[in-house]
Amino acid sequence: MKLIRLKYKKWYNILRDGIHKNNPIVVAVLGICSALAVTNKVENAIAMGLGVTFVVMASSATVSLVRNFIPSKVRMVTYMVIISTFVILVQMFLEAFFPSIASALGAYVGLIITNCIVMGRAEAFAAKNPVRYTLVDGFASGMGYTFVLITVSIVREILAFGSILNFRIMPATWPNWVVMAMAPGGFFVLGLLIWGIREWSKFYEEAV
Amino acid sequence: MENILELIIASILNHNIALVYILGMCPLIAISTNIKNAKGMGIAVVFVVTITAMINWPIYQLLQNTGTTNLSLLVFIITIAATVQFLEMFLEKFIPKLYNAFGIFLPLITVNCVVLAISLFFVNRDYNFVQTTGFAFGSSVGWLLAIVLVAGIREKMAKNSDIPRGLRGKAIVFIVLGIIALAFIGFTGLANI
Repeated sequence: MKLIRLKYKKWYNILRDGIHKNNPIVVAVLGICSALAVTNKVENAIAMGLGVTFVVMASSATVSLVRNFIPSKVRMVTYMVIISTFVILVQMFLEAFFPSIASALGAYVGLIITNCIVMGRAEAFAAKNPVRYTLVDGFASGMGYTFVLITVSIVREILAFGSILNFRIMPATWPNWVVMAMAPGGFFVLGLLIWGIREWSKFYEEAV
Repeated sequence: MENILELIIASILNHNIALVYILGMCPLIAISTNIKNAKGMGIAVVFVVTITAMINWPIYQLLQNTGTTNLSLLVFIITIAATVQFLEMFLEKFIPKLYNAFGIFLPLITVNCVVLAISLFFVNRDYNFVQTTGFAFGSSVGWLLAIVLVAGIREKMAKNSDIPRGLRGKAIVFIVLGIIALAFIGFTGLANI
């Protein structure tokens, strides 16, 4: 009985929307840059995904807290300042505790600021909803994003280096597909993944 | 002088910001449905990127001298937002023709990762002012090249190709981009950055 009622709870719907029905990458095609640029290794993808999840949750909550005080003309700039504050936090955290991942991600950590998902959630959801829902919404979008990142990076790391999380799983004779670690590999894998998920969930765009 | 030329060529072709570093994908995918819009957006990006890089470089020197480089992200993004706003007002007032051509793309540029990425890259690579300007110009021209190439292919594709249903719309752009990126690997080693 409880399980049935769960379906009508607002937070449950928000969660499902973010991860499955409205996945930021597959359906809305947002935040592609980092999804492709950092996914040649699984560890980078995990770090990036968690970083984005944290930034989305924290900045959505903050935007929602101050939403009644921001004049609508300067709201974009305000969001930017809030978001970049949290991104600086993530950057300093990575540099202090995971220096190897920080150097592998390089400038892409800073580029979380311009990740459209963060800005999109702030504008579309956090500016109109109370804090507790924005936390759920940020978590859902972030997890949907992380899920796609990890899937893409598993495929790419297996093909390009023959390993997952630096743990070798392919036989020693496996020829590394170098192109998979570079840009074209990312484009192809993500394109095919989006195709697969859209066929599976019957989501089609009619325009070409 | 030769170095600057080499830097510009490298950042247009073999270090192309869109096809090798995979930056600025959101607007590239969203606006590349026809060549006219793609050109407008591309030229607006060239303007904004070059100008913001030239403004951000001295600001970064100032931050370095005061030991506050941790704040560089915050400062860069504010500079970029302010520059875009200023450029929009300036064009609207003094060059309305240009404003009509690509004014609508200007507000979108603030969230284009290329602009911020250029500022972060010159920090990582220790460029001087002239190198920064050349790099910013070259990279943005590279981005213009990429978006126009994709738009050209999409325009043709819209007329006479039978795309599987699940790939229609934005998904096919990834395959197109992948093939163009493969072609750009052919430029590897052409010039050093």
